[in-house]
Amino acid sequence: MLRVEGLCKAFADFQAVNGASLTVRPGDLVAVIGPNGAGKTTLFNLITGHLQADRGSIRFKGEEIGRLPAHEICRRGIARSFQIANIFPRLSVFENVQVAVLSAKGLSRNLFRPTRRLVLRETESILERVGLQNRRVDLAGSLSHGDKRILEIAIALGNEPELLILDEPTAGMSPEETAATLELIRRLARDQGLTLLFCEHDMEVVFNVATSIMVMQHGMTLVQGPPEEVRANPVVQEAYLGRE
Amino acid sequence: MRPQRTVSPATLWALGLWLALFFAPFVAGRFAVYLLGVILVTGLLAMSLNLLVGHGGAYQFHHAAFYGVGAYTAALCITKGGLPAWAGLAAGPLAAALAGLLIGSLCIRLNKLYFGMIQISLGSLLWILALRWYSLTNGDDGIHGIPLPEAIAGPGGAFACILAAVGLCLLAMHRILASPFGTTLRAIRDNPQRCAAVGIDVRRHQLAAIVIATFFAGVAGSLFVVLEGSVFPDMLFWVYSLEIFIMCLLGGWFTFFGPMLGAAIIVLLRTLVGGMTEYWTLVLGVVLIGLIFFLPEGIMGIGHRLRLYRRRAAGASSPRENGHAAG
Ligand SMILES: Nc1ncnc2c1ncn2[C@@H]1O[C@H](COP(=O)(O)OP(=O)(O)OP(=O)(O)O)[C@@H](O)[C@H]1O
Ligand SMILES: [Mg+2]
Repeated sequence: MLRVEGLCKAFADFQAVNGASLTVRPGDLVAVIGPNGAGKTTLFNLITGHLQADRGSIRFKGEEIGRLPAHEICRRGIARSFQIANIFPRLSVFENVQVAVLSAKGLSRNLFRPTRRLVLRETESILERVGLQNRRVDLAGSLSHGDKRILEIAIALGNEPELLILDEPTAGMSPEETAATLELIRRLARDQGLTLLFCEHDMEVVFNVATSIMVMQHGMTLVQGPPEEVRANPVVQEAYLGRE
Repeated sequence: MRPQRTVSPATLWALGLWLALFFAPFVAGRFAVYLLGVILVTGLLAMSLNLLVGHGGAYQFHHAAFYGVGAYTAALCITKGGLPAWAGLAAGPLAAALAGLLIGSLCIRLNKLYFGMIQISLGSLLWILALRWYSLTNGDDGIHGIPLPEAIAGPGGAFACILAAVGLCLLAMHRILASPFGTTLRAIRDNPQRCAAVGIDVRRHQLAAIVIATFFAGVAGSLFVVLEGSVFPDMLFWVYSLEIFIMCLLGGWFTFFGPMLGAAIIVLLRTLVGGMTEYWTLVLGVVLIGLIFFLPEGIMGIGHRLRLYRRRAAGASSPRENGHAAG
């Protein structure tokens, strides 16, 4: 479904991503792991068009998407959440998700129908799925950190993506929130057959959820494979897991 | 069980006020009616700016330029183009929207601050044209005695025409802001990066918003011609853009009617200061400083804050804030 090969991106002199490769098949739950600064976020920004790669290829469903702007990539079926909660603070929780649903349905430029009567059921169903239905009228900016992260995921779901990319979905969450989020992600993957690409520092989350793990270091892909294989890999143990 | 926004009391009040105002020429003096007309035209202009800046988060620094384009187009079409007055008045908003499209497409790729700066430069260019191209625009004398159809030539007819047009424009703007386009526009204001990530073409959306806002600025320009029967280069002067900005600030960004209220206050203030026009910029400066220190969210902002405060005092355990979207 998604195939990334030899991707490189430099900021000034600094090679943030330097030969990253990645394969995501339909139905996979792929985790990207690596120490801070390994280039995980940069890799996701390249895939979703928020940054342009210097070299390498990104193919999604057989089409090269490396040169497309972010909104075009989203329209082709890739939605994402951000590492730092990235929401619409002055819109209500409901409207936050509604904006994404409207966009997915090609209604964003409609001038003549009232928003308050559109895509209500779809939006409501997403809020229920993630458990934010009781906060629907609250301003998104007034949510707790954990709820903002959940809202992030809800916004991404609004696009009805084929591939969902989550950048550290549990960052900054309490252990209970982490557990709940983990459960949510599992449930979403199971019930909707979502294909998921995520990065995460919590090894428990990673080995609990992922069907495939990609290990990154200094912008490079060390290895990608099923969890047992990655856990057993001596290079990975030395480079990363050993330090846990 | 959803964020219902039924007809708000503010909308009902506005509707009632609008209808009542049609009787103004029968009860109020000539000058009062004229002043009401000025407030309506200026308020429409300020509200069109608010559509872009308050709801769209754009850096529209020289909105008056489009007001001027609308007014001059109407005036020139009627006096030099020999068009019937109605056609000329309709051409005003179209020309303003076209100017918005051109200047907008030029600037939209730049970052916000450069966007504003280039806009000031291009707008000032138009001002110079109006000021110096004597053979066409009569320079700083402006164009006077623009012939208008009899129905709207007198003060009563002009006022009714302005009131009707402003009412229609406000209705249209309200609907636009309540539409998916408007919701998406507010989302772009809040977080353009996130908007791109949910599949919204941010630049195209903003350009469309510019065209819409400049169209309404052009309507205000045409209505100025109806009101005054003349146009002046000062309408395009950048200080006037600052004045419109202050009206929005005074009434309250993010609110729908705020800029109209701000326009009313500024227009009345200018009438009071009257003869001492050389002190007008000073007065404006004082108003601006006072606003920044005492009323950062404008007059309508106070109302909003009071409501919040009352709701909290009423014992809501979790602080619930409601959107202050349109209305
Ligand atoms: N816009 C930028 N300009 C310059 N350097 C950047 C930029 N973005 C990231 N970097 C650098 O690139 C490197 C990789 O950053 P990235 O955010 O991709 O790492 P990460 O793997 O997501 O780390 P973390 O686990 O902390 O989120 C870091 O050293 C960072 O300082
Ligand atoms: Mg990161």
